[in-house]
Amino acid sequence: MKVVKDLFYTEDHEWVKVDGDEAYIGLSDYAQNALGDIVYVDLPEVEDEFDKEEGFSAVESVKAAADIYMPVGGTILEINEDLFDNPELLNQDPYENWVVKIKVADKAELDELMTSEEYEKFLDEEV
Amino acid sequence: MRKYNELIFELSKPGRTAYRLPENDVENIAVEELIPAEYLNDDELNLPEVSEVDIIRHYTNLSDKNFGVDTGFYPLGSCTMKYNPKINEDMASLDGFKNIHPLQSEETVQGALKLMYELDKALCEIAGMDKMTLQPAAGAHGELTGLTLIKAYHENRGDTKRTKIIVPDSAHGTNPASAIMAGFDTIEIKSTKDGLVDIESLKAALSDEVAGLMLTNPNTLGLFEKDIKEIADLVHGCGGLLYYDGANANAILGQARPGDMGFDVVHFNIHKTFSTPHGGGGPGSGPVGVKKILLDFIPTPTVEKDGDRYYLDYDYPKSVGRMKDFYGHFGILVRAYTYILTMGRDGLKKASEMAVLNANYLGHRLKDHYNLQEDTIFKHEFVLAGLKDGLSEVTTLDVAKRLLDYGYHPPTVYFPLIVNEALMPEPTESESKETLDEFADALIKIAEEARENPEILKEAPHNTPVGRVNETQAARNPVLKYEG
Repeated sequence: MKVVKDLFYTEDHEWVKVDGDEAYIGLSDYAQNALGDIVYVDLPEVEDEFDKEEGFSAVESVKAAADIYMPVGGTILEINEDLFDNPELLNQDPYENWVVKIKVADKAELDELMTSEEYEKFLDEEV
Repeated sequence: MRKYNELIFELSKPGRTAYRLPENDVENIAVEELIPAEYLNDDELNLPEVSEVDIIRHYTNLSDKNFGVDTGFYPLGSCTMKYNPKINEDMASLDGFKNIHPLQSEETVQGALKLMYELDKALCEIAGMDKMTLQPAAGAHGELTGLTLIKAYHENRGDTKRTKIIVPDSAHGTNPASAIMAGFDTIEIKSTKDGLVDIESLKAALSDEVAGLMLTNPNTLGLFEKDIKEIADLVHGCGGLLYYDGANANAILGQARPGDMGFDVVHFNIHKTFSTPHGGGGPGSGPVGVKKILLDFIPTPTVEKDGDRYYLDYDYPKSVGRMKDFYGHFGILVRAYTYILTMGRDGLKKASEMAVLNANYLGHRLKDHYNLQEDTIFKHEFVLAGLKDGLSEVTTLDVAKRLLDYGYHPPTVYFPLIVNEALMPEPTESESKETLDEFADALIKIAEEARENPEILKEAPHNTPVGRVNETQAARNPVLKYEG
C-alpha cells in the first residue's frame, strides 16, 4: 500500500495535509483498496463545523458504506465537488484527490496524528 | 439454471396480441376533452406486443431462474435462510386467517386475535421479555421501534441529554442507521482481538449522554458475548438501556434468553428465526419485546384477553403510537406461530443445537483451506477471512462467484466489516451432513482451483444465465428501464 511522506494519518485511514492553519483531508490508499470501487461520496456543506473524530462525510463502495471522520476538529472551507460525478477519483489517486479542505480549530490536535512512518508501522502491525 | 435472457420487449411483433378487447358499448370521448393539453403525453406508448403463449413461456422461464431454499442450499450468514415448512403455508391459507379484513369487528375475528395473543406470549417466553408488539414489518423496523421506545423512556423521566447509542464495530449496518433514524447519534466501540466487545472501549464510551447499547448476541462473528452480564451492568450502571438485535437468535433458541442476559428491549426476525419466507419471498416481520419498564410506551394496539374474549387495547396514554398500519404482517405471524407449535419447546431447542453443530462441522472442515477467523467453538455461523494460501489476486468475491457454478447461493461476503475478505456461511439446522459435505467439498475444490487455475475463478460464474456483471458500472451508471 502506498503511503505518502509528509502527510499525517489516522487509525481510520484518513490522511491530512497541513498548510498553515488549513488542511486537506483524504482517504489513504489502504482505505480505498479495502473499500473497493467507490460509487458514491456524500460531502458536507462549506462552513459546517465538526469535532475531531466526528463523521463528516460518507463513502459507498460496491462492498460497503463507511464514514470519514475528522482527523482534527475544524470548519469546512472547501469540498471536492468533482467527487459527486467522479467518485472513482478516490480509487484512482487517493492522495491527489482530497475530500475536503478545512480550517483547523486547534493545531495542537495535529500532534496526536501519526506520521507517515508511524502509519506504515501501524499498517504492518495492526491491520 | 436455464440460459434464458430475453426481455419481453425483444419478443414483441407489431400487431400480435394476447387479448382482444370486447366491443365498445359506451360513448367514445376524446381524451383531449377530459385532460388539458399540457398534461397529455404525445409520445408513442412502448408496450410489448406478444401472444399469450409468449407471455406464459417468458415468465415461466424467468421464474425458473429463481434460487431459493426450496431449490438449493442457501448458507447466507446472519440471514438464517432456514427451510420454511409447508405446514406454515397451509395454516396461513385457512379461510379464517386469509379472508378476514383488518377492520372487521373484534367479535368476528376472535381466532386471529387469539393467535396474536398466544404468539405474543410464546415470543415473550422465548425472549424472556414481558410484552411484545407484533407491528414492526422487519428487523430494521423493529430496531427503529425499540430505539423509539428507549427514547420515550428517557424523555418520560425528563432525561433529555441522553442522545447517544453505542454500537460495536461488528454490528449489522442497520444498527447505526436505525439509531440515526430514531434521532440519536452513534458511538462506535471496538472489538477485541478475539472478536468480542472490548470492555475498556465500552467503559470509555459510557456517560450520562448514553441512551443505550445495541448488541447482537451471538455477534456477527458467530461468537457468544460471554461478558454480557458485565456489559449489561455497565450500561445499566450509567443509566442506559440494552437493545438486543435478534438477527442471530437462531443460535440460542431455548438455550439462553436475552431478557435474562439483561436486555430491556428485543427484536426477533420472524423471517429468519421462525421459518417464514425471506428475501424476495417476504414480507418480513420483526416483533419487539420489552421489559416492564418500557411497557407504558409500547405501540398500540396490543392484543389482550378478558375472560374468554380477546380484544385490541389502545389504552396506553404514553404510547409512542402506531409503528405500522393495522397489526403487522398478520399472515407471516400465522406462519411463525405454526412453526413454534410444530416444533414445540424441545424442537426449538434442538433446532438451535443443530444449527450450531452444523456451523461448527462446516467451519472446521474448511479451516485447512480458508482462514477461520476465530478457531474456536462458535455458534450458528462463522467467518472465513479469505483463502488460506493468501493468494492476493484471488478474492473472496471470486470464490463466491465460483460457488454459483457449483449450484450454491454464496454466503454473505465482505461482512462483518472488521474482517478482511470475509465470507460468512450460516448453514442452519435444516441441512443434512451430506449437504454440508458436498458444500465443503465444493469450497475445497475452489481453493484448489485458486492455486492451480485462478483464471477460472476470476471469470466465474460460467454456468449461470449471466456471467460476471460489472457491479461498479451498475452502481455508478444504473440502467433502470428498457429503452429500445
